[in-house]
Amino acid sequence: MATFHFHLVAPDKMTFSGEVDQVDVPGTEGDFGVLAGHAPTVSLLRPGILTIYAGGQKVEMVVLGGFAEVSEAGLTVLADVADKAADMDRAVVTGKIETLEASIKGMEPGNALDKAIARLDHFKEVDRHLTGTAMH
Amino acid sequence: MASLKDMRVRIAATKATQKITKAMQMVAASKLRRAQSAAEAARPYAERMDAVLGNIASGVAGSNSAPKLLGGTGSDKVHLLLVCTGERGLCGAFNTSIVRLARERANALIAEGKQVKIFCVGKKGYEQLRRNFEKQIVERTDLRAVRVIGFADAEKIGKRVIEMFENGEFDVCTLVYSKFKSVIAQIPTAQQIIPPTFEAASSAAAAPIAAYEYEPEEDEILGDLLPRNLSVQIFRALLENNASFYGAQMSAMDNATRNAGEMIRKQTLTYNRTRQAMITKELIEIISGAEAL
Repeated sequence: MATFHFHLVAPDKMTFSGEVDQVDVPGTEGDFGVLAGHAPTVSLLRPGILTIYAGGQKVEMVVLGGFAEVSEAGLTVLADVADKAADMDRAVVTGKIETLEASIKGMEPGNALDKAIARLDHFKEVDRHLTGTAMH
Repeated sequence: MASLKDMRVRIAATKATQKITKAMQMVAASKLRRAQSAAEAARPYAERMDAVLGNIASGVAGSNSAPKLLGGTGSDKVHLLLVCTGERGLCGAFNTSIVRLARERANALIAEGKQVKIFCVGKKGYEQLRRNFEKQIVERTDLRAVRVIGFADAEKIGKRVIEMFENGEFDVCTLVYSKFKSVIAQIPTAQQIIPPTFEAASSAAAAPIAAYEYEPEEDEILGDLLPRNLSVQIFRALLENNASFYGAQMSAMDNATRNAGEMIRKQTLTYNRTRQAMITKELIEIISGAEAL
């Protein structure tokens, strides 16, 4: 299977760099899988789970916002926070959910509220995923 | 002339000072290592961000739909200087050289008839700039309580700057900080961040620009990326500053330790000379006393 180069970069460190078979990226418009030879794309990320398939192994990473760029050179994901799902501190996510829930209560109906609710849903999804893996 | 006891006390005091500066040098050296690796770790992100944004920007450049954060407001009347300095002194010319650059910039802009506003990050810069530009300082923040500079700190500053920009409080924003080159060389740098200049853009223009598919639309992506880029640039500046600070402090303390050593040597020499002179004097007194008998 053809491989391609993948960088996962957080503001304070390079989290992952290497050859991979496939990466599933949580885009704002929906998840998309990237294989070698993918068309050049720029996409924003939503908070979610990014899955890396390399050498028959599967690694799950939690990314909280950012963007992905696919070019001929490979895939680059710049994420605000990028941690291995296994190492991720759940308190960060639950804390975020609580602050979001609190802020939604005081909001007027409108565009901002819709966005906040969408964001909250993303975080809840991440949280569900984290608790799911923890139970295995 | 100072008595022998006074001189002993003074030598002891200088030795104590030397011990402190020596300790500070060592602390700065170990912190420098950490700050340096943090600054280096942040580089890939900032560089890639720059490259990607430069790529997208060259696609939309010239069109009227380009967001203001990218294309500017079309005028350059009001300039905002975002001056990042350290929180503490005892670091040689570190803060002073950043402030000097900021002051030169501000004076040059004022001479051109532009309006200047200053946003101080860090306590030392505020203290020094206050003397000349009390009226121009519109905003200040310090990172005193922050132990390890995180992206969130930079984001907070970035958000404030964008808020000011959207309220039309300024047209051009320049970031003034100290770039870390080596332990002995820190270069005060001024970098324009609104509207941004791209280092990579010129080189990318030579290569054929890949036709990207955008998800969601270009302007939505730009709307998200531009504020992010601003925070990233500020974050990088803060980290570079931090590394520069410890570098400057280390060499300043190294100098201080050496100077203290030199002082101790001189003081000890004078002390010994005085002691010998007194012994000789006493001997002469005793001998001449004995002869008189």
